[in-house]
Amino acid sequence: MGTVKKKGILGDLKESLIQRLFQTSGLLAIIVLVGIFALLLHTSIPAFREVSLKEFLTSTRWDPTSPERPEYGLLSMLASTVMVTFGALLVAFPVGVAVAAYLSDVASPRVRELVKPVVELLAAIPSVVVGFIGITLVGPLIAKLFNLSHGLTALNGSLLLAIMALPTIISISEDSLNAVPVSYVEASLALGANRWQTLVRVKIPAALSGIIASMMLGMGRAIGETMTVLMATGNARAFPHGFLQSVRTLTANIAIELGEVPYYTTHYYALFAIGLVLFILTFFVNLTADVILEKQKRKLR
Amino acid sequence: MKKSLNRDWKKLWARPGILALLVVTLALWLVSPVLAQKKMIQVKGSDTMVNLVQILAEEYMAKKPGTAIAVLGGGSGTGITAIINGTCDLANHSREWKPKELDLAYEKGVRPRVFAIAVDALSIIVNEKNPLETLTMAQVGSIFRGEIKNWKVLGGPDQKISLYGRQSNSGTYSFLQEHVLNNKNYSPDVKEMNGNAQIIEAVTQDLAGIGYVGVGYLYDENGQLRKGLKVLKIKKDDNSPEYSPLDKEAVYSAKYAISRPLYQCTNGKPSAALADFIRFELSPEGQAIVEKEGFFKIGKELMELNEKNLR
Repeated sequence: MGTVKKKGILGDLKESLIQRLFQTSGLLAIIVLVGIFALLLHTSIPAFREVSLKEFLTSTRWDPTSPERPEYGLLSMLASTVMVTFGALLVAFPVGVAVAAYLSDVASPRVRELVKPVVELLAAIPSVVVGFIGITLVGPLIAKLFNLSHGLTALNGSLLLAIMALPTIISISEDSLNAVPVSYVEASLALGANRWQTLVRVKIPAALSGIIASMMLGMGRAIGETMTVLMATGNARAFPHGFLQSVRTLTANIAIELGEVPYYTTHYYALFAIGLVLFILTFFVNLTADVILEKQKRKLR
Repeated sequence: MKKSLNRDWKKLWARPGILALLVVTLALWLVSPVLAQKKMIQVKGSDTMVNLVQILAEEYMAKKPGTAIAVLGGGSGTGITAIINGTCDLANHSREWKPKELDLAYEKGVRPRVFAIAVDALSIIVNEKNPLETLTMAQVGSIFRGEIKNWKVLGGPDQKISLYGRQSNSGTYSFLQEHVLNNKNYSPDVKEMNGNAQIIEAVTQDLAGIGYVGVGYLYDENGQLRKGLKVLKIKKDDNSPEYSPLDKEAVYSAKYAISRPLYQCTNGKPSAALADFIRFELSPEGQAIVEKEGFFKIGKELMELNEKNLR
């Protein structure tokens, strides 16, 4: 090490080879993404030979194995997914930003060293374990609190998803709070603002786009989560009218039905169509988050 | 640089975790041909039957060393799909084949042969604190179709009925829909659980709950009736007497209204190994296990059908 070798022809070849390798790896990610999209699209289209797009998007009844008349309406499940996700963010966003602000501004280095890894460990809990906690702990608690006969409700799913979205929200929010230039803070303090005013009126507004992006990424995580909601929300197919009702999300529906569905039937294709809807949903949420993050980077440069 | 690399390698070797992993991999690799020699029978399907068939398989394997049977659940639909797709040797199913599935099987060159190995009395359960004792078939149908929504209508407390059921790949789901709901849709408010055990768990906790399970699931490991549950007696119609699925005599004389055979099926004539296992299940010894697990023995007619399909 230390000495720089002179480049020969071999060295050039090696360098270009390595460059190619990295290039292909980068391209591979795009190819996989486009490939998944193409596969989903290709497998969803046959569903619409028997199901009208209008029924698929506007009917609230999903019952493909019905002996009366098979029905393929996704609206109830879409509403359930949106409801559970927003419920989760309603809890996770304020808590997450507060924790991030505490970690970046208030906590002593020792506390930060301790809390940060713990928050990141939260992301390592398998979703099936979170679901189990939902069945045995959070669910019964909800039932007792609201005087229900059972706790397998949308609220249960929201609370659990909030726990799962927290690590993303906390770590990205904290990163963007830390990315606010010291000069901003110094200027604010020099003008006579106290630490609270500096945090709320200078640092958070400056880091706002990063904080919003963290929320969007947490949202992407919550929309796509399957096992936890499958276990905790009761999976009733009815259209949701409140947080204290059992709901079935899009992801849970695919998980429940894909294992048993006979291949190459309308039901099978319709499940892929749901997958396509989910893909588009999470894709746009993540894209928005990326655009916002990119904007913030430029602003603070 | 080389030196430091060498040291890193030594460190890597010194880690007990990595060493152990290597040893296990090596051992598995050495043993795998031996494992492969043992003929493995794959059984898949009905959740209602999974415990029963597991115990039958264990007894059989203890009697005949060198045989290996793996039993998986997943639901009757899953088992039938697996036979059609050729991913299992023997499917458990608690309902009959649907015409659509038979078409699909014949299209793929699969010729299902069906054996009845036990009889189940489908049990309607509520929480033990529920004052109700009896329902008619029509009432059970109305409850699960979502037409009766409150226990008050049936003479219970003023409380919303909380429905628990199985997922659509379940044979029990299909059987109830066909025979009790008269082929009408389930209420969209039914909470779909991932198996009999989950329904039992939910109903023991839910004072307003009602669910349906195979009779074998009503007992715990010691053969005692599970606590926290009440098994409802069922009347065929308003004027007929009530019978409990726990009443052996009523089930054997077909007085209990919602009993059904539990089936297994193979693709074509079963191989010698498979036929031997099925014969064991149908033998007096196998049928004694069936009764011990809370299910019921099969009658003469079904047994004759089995004999025909074994040949």
